[in-house]
Amino acid sequence: MSILKHREALLALAILLLVGVVAARFPAFVRPGNLANVFNDTSPLILLAIGQMIVILTKCIDLSMAATLALCGMVAALLNGAGVPLPLILVLVVVLGGLLGAVNGLLVWKLGIPSIVVTLGTMTIYRGTIFLITDGAWVNAHQMTDDFKALPRAVIAGLPVMSWVALAAIALFTVLLTRTPLGRSFYAVGGNPHAAVYTGISVGRTQFLAFVIAGALAGLTGYLWVARYAVAYVDIASGFELSVVAACVIGGVAIAGGAGSVIGTVMGALFLGVINNALPVVGISPFWQLAISGSAIVLAVAFNSAQNRPAGRIILKSVEPR
Amino acid sequence: MGIWKKTLTTAAVATLLMTQAASAENVKIALLVKALGIGFFEAAAKGAEEAATELGDVEIIYTGPTSTTAEGQIEVINALIAQGVDAIAISANDPDAVAPALKKAMDRGITVISWDSGVAPAGRQMHLNPSSSALIGNTIIKLAADHMPDGGDVAILSATSTSTNQNIWIEEATKVLPNYPGINLVATVYGDDLADKSYREAQGLMSTYPNLKAIIAPTTVGILAASQAVTDAGKIGEINVTGLGLPSEMAGAVESGATVSFAIWNPIDLGYSATMIAYNLHKGTATAAPGAAIPMGRMGSATLDDNNEAAMSDPFTYDKSNIAEFKSIF
Repeated sequence: MSILKHREALLALAILLLVGVVAARFPAFVRPGNLANVFNDTSPLILLAIGQMIVILTKCIDLSMAATLALCGMVAALLNGAGVPLPLILVLVVVLGGLLGAVNGLLVWKLGIPSIVVTLGTMTIYRGTIFLITDGAWVNAHQMTDDFKALPRAVIAGLPVMSWVALAAIALFTVLLTRTPLGRSFYAVGGNPHAAVYTGISVGRTQFLAFVIAGALAGLTGYLWVARYAVAYVDIASGFELSVVAACVIGGVAIAGGAGSVIGTVMGALFLGVINNALPVVGISPFWQLAISGSAIVLAVAFNSAQNRPAGRIILKSVEPR
Repeated sequence: MGIWKKTLTTAAVATLLMTQAASAENVKIALLVKALGIGFFEAAAKGAEEAATELGDVEIIYTGPTSTTAEGQIEVINALIAQGVDAIAISANDPDAVAPALKKAMDRGITVISWDSGVAPAGRQMHLNPSSSALIGNTIIKLAADHMPDGGDVAILSATSTSTNQNIWIEEATKVLPNYPGINLVATVYGDDLADKSYREAQGLMSTYPNLKAIIAPTTVGILAASQAVTDAGKIGEINVTGLGLPSEMAGAVESGATVSFAIWNPIDLGYSATMIAYNLHKGTATAAPGAAIPMGRMGSATLDDNNEAAMSDPFTYDKSNIAEFKSIF
């Protein structure tokens, strides 16, 4: 745990340093209002990264998260167009997201297919499904009701609802992962599947539950995304699954499973969020932007793995004088 | 993404192969677009169908990759060659990358024209611009300037930094800038045609340039995201978002006042004209040579310049007065 704490402290330092560098070029960036904006803008990434982290903890990976987000977002927009009340839509997108996650989970659990293959397949299926239900048509701002668009940006106690949802998820999953048997079983399954079986944990069932949680989070985020940008189309959040995995990896989640924390993941997401929001205002040529965010990812990951490298085991040692 | 694209392409080709047998005697014209599922191209496909109905012996194959990549278009082009279409009318994702595949198509006797977003001269017989680039460049600046009597700062929010047509329009817009005294272009940023990145770039523009009066987005995703960002920042009336957009997508922004006016050519006319030209070139009733005039049915005729390029018509301005009428069309 001490290494983990250490790494999170370093990551926090890196984020502060990044914010400091940006502030040196563009002082308005560190105004509290703008920092709140950055957090709000990063909320979808945080929500998805938490789901992805739980899946990765169990030695799996979910590449279909962005597609699940897009499909649930589109369904939310269509339900809104059909006059379904907003609270019901919220319940339905979470349930739908959970079901889509359950499909992934069942395939991994019951058929034993590697998760990367399963979710690569369902990713294309979910995106394709959006084509099928919309014929490629967009749902635009004027086709959505005002309360549907207003919820994520409604301000409560200084922060928009979208930020509160992210904060609630952070709190909920911190408790779930550190204080409940289910939460601990995610770590057990990823850390040592064989030992987990001996302690009475079903590896497949635990992985299944991880996918359901990830799907439900993606479903909820789908609504938030569509309502925030006030547009739903096939390609929304295209390529977002990679940012989500990057946030996890930067946040110190071991890709081999069994290690990682919600706080680390959130900081990984915030790191990317700060980069995404800072690059447009510091006046760096757009041609450099991609290269810069890419290098930041590689650097962060290289740093993480250097931290992680096990010390060599001493197998021969001269006798120490007593 | 790769597999998804391939799966859909395979499915599309399979469907095409099945329909091919049914109507072998028709002139098969493929309308190859940047990506499926974009309102603008769906509308162009409607225009192409209209031309097909008018001509009678034409079968339209509306196709394209599922995301805006040149690789995806090359796969589709190869599939179209394999099934033996008579003509390909393409809106290219990259002017050079698709040229070799299209050259191969021309070598097999397929008529190839480009429209909307062009292909390098080696890869097509002629190119139909929706309007002249100079005219569009001027229009997008004029749209902003018309609502800025005292002048001020404007910024451009484009698609990707490598988009062929956006870059030409921005270049033309910069050229005519001296004709609009007081209008100061402070930045050009790129939203990559992604809603979230465009939104973020628009937010960045607003905080970097506090005196910004207008955001010009010559792309449908960008103008929509910028309108939303301006609305969320509570700057309606302060910052006018304008540029090129689709009436059906922009109706909300025009109603809220975030966008006073915007322009677009009629994509239905564009699909119609491209189909007419491809048909006439295939039938040999016209040839693609500098100076030639190719008939485009109800749209008159397209006169080719030295690069075998032609312009269809002027862009059309939409605002509160006519948005309701057009939002149901495209």
